[in-house]
Amino acid sequence: MPSLGADMEAGTLVEWRVQPGSRVHRGDVVALVETEKGIIDIESFEEGVIKVLSVQPGTRVPVGTPLALFEGEPAAKTIGDARVVAEAAPPLPTAPPAPAVPVSVGAEPSARSAPVTKPTVGRARRVSPAARARAAAAGVDLAAVQGTGPQGVITLQDVERAAATTSRGGAPPTSAGRAGIRNAIAASMSRAKREIPHYYLQLAMDFHAAASWLEAFNQTRPVPERVLTSVLLIKAAARAAAEKPGFNGYFGPAGFEPATSVHLGVAIALRGGGLVAPAILDANQKPITTIMRELQDLVGRVRAGHMRSTEIGSATLTVTSLGDEGADAVYPIIYPPQVAIVGFGSVLERPWVVEGRVEARPVLNLTLAADHRVTDGRQGAQFLARIRDWLSRPGDL
Amino acid sequence: MSDTPAAPAASVESRILTLLVGVAPDIDPQSVRPELDFRDQFDFDSMDLFNFAAALHQSFGIDIPERDYRQLAGLAKCAAYLRQKVPADLLSGAARSA
Repeated sequence: MPSLGADMEAGTLVEWRVQPGSRVHRGDVVALVETEKGIIDIESFEEGVIKVLSVQPGTRVPVGTPLALFEGEPAAKTIGDARVVAEAAPPLPTAPPAPAVPVSVGAEPSARSAPVTKPTVGRARRVSPAARARAAAAGVDLAAVQGTGPQGVITLQDVERAAATTSRGGAPPTSAGRAGIRNAIAASMSRAKREIPHYYLQLAMDFHAAASWLEAFNQTRPVPERVLTSVLLIKAAARAAAEKPGFNGYFGPAGFEPATSVHLGVAIALRGGGLVAPAILDANQKPITTIMRELQDLVGRVRAGHMRSTEIGSATLTVTSLGDEGADAVYPIIYPPQVAIVGFGSVLERPWVVEGRVEARPVLNLTLAADHRVTDGRQGAQFLARIRDWLSRPGDL
Repeated sequence: MSDTPAAPAASVESRILTLLVGVAPDIDPQSVRPELDFRDQFDFDSMDLFNFAAALHQSFGIDIPERDYRQLAGLAKCAAYLRQKVPADLLSGAARSA
């Protein structure tokens, strides 16, 4: 069971997409796993052949539990081993394969024993938040539902079964999914505010060069091939992050570990509330047209409830952008175990001094929240200045 | 070309709604209030608007400059924009020039 977020301790295997004997390639979806963020497609990081499926659908297992035995090119490996996931993108750098239990929220049952599928005896009934919300929405009586999670916890899947709903996985976020996402945001942001000594910086820039460059760029292109402003922001942040390693990586048990790649998490709002921040992998190395296509694909899949494991657990730094007609600036909260988050306010016409005269200019406010255990304001200011510099020379992005 | 000039006027809106739902499947087309912006009614963001413009471009076969995107941002506005830009015989959606 891969870790798909800093606060994830366990996940429920919803469905296998492979069988023993299946040949899998890198990037193939091998299973669907339910977390508080919704149902995530688990991708393989290796080429090889599935030998044994060790976990049955409907079973909730701790992070690190091997889900399947897998014979790959180098040697037999296990899917779901934290070590295997870490090869592509370390969510928690030194997470041991057993339940890691970092400084945890304690809201989740600590599933240390092997998963059992028997009803609770003489214990308070425990229900996952997503399951509770779904039950309320579907009018399911929880007293009549048998929990199959660890210690008899009623999972979302138990409720779905009880509601006799057969559709799975592909539905747009429901009210239950919303509640799960809200819980995931709450857990992650509470942990951030509890553990991370944030500092904040803000830098206003004249966005005229970037805006007019992009306008000219888009003018020559048919509608479907145009690029959004947010893509320039993503690319600029990613390039600056590659130059300033103190803002790109993870804070783990052993302290800060800079990442070697820039997997840029992009906060994507869901219609009606909630957001998730899946990553654009190697964003610093991709042309803006590629980032545009990937962002478009990502936004579509996030809103349809189809995220992939490589996207959800791998961001090394996150950006959040307010888009058109929002507020001047945003003061974001870091996603643990990342160490920084960059905010982009709306581009708004504001007075700006150009060669000693005040002019109306499109102004963009860049903000940074960063982890004081890793960097100081001076380095933070340099990082923001690098982002500004890239946006001032958009043709070089 | 059409023999019944009354029909196309109604169908522009329905074509727009079909494209809107294609871009944002979680929107109930019945709930769209023509006078409101999609942004205000459905949290439409710049990516939604981009996808919507691309869908209109493909369906109606017109180029839509970026600076016109704002005029697409609500059902009534969008219909008015298309009536202005698209030849009347193509508005009903029966045919489209290549």
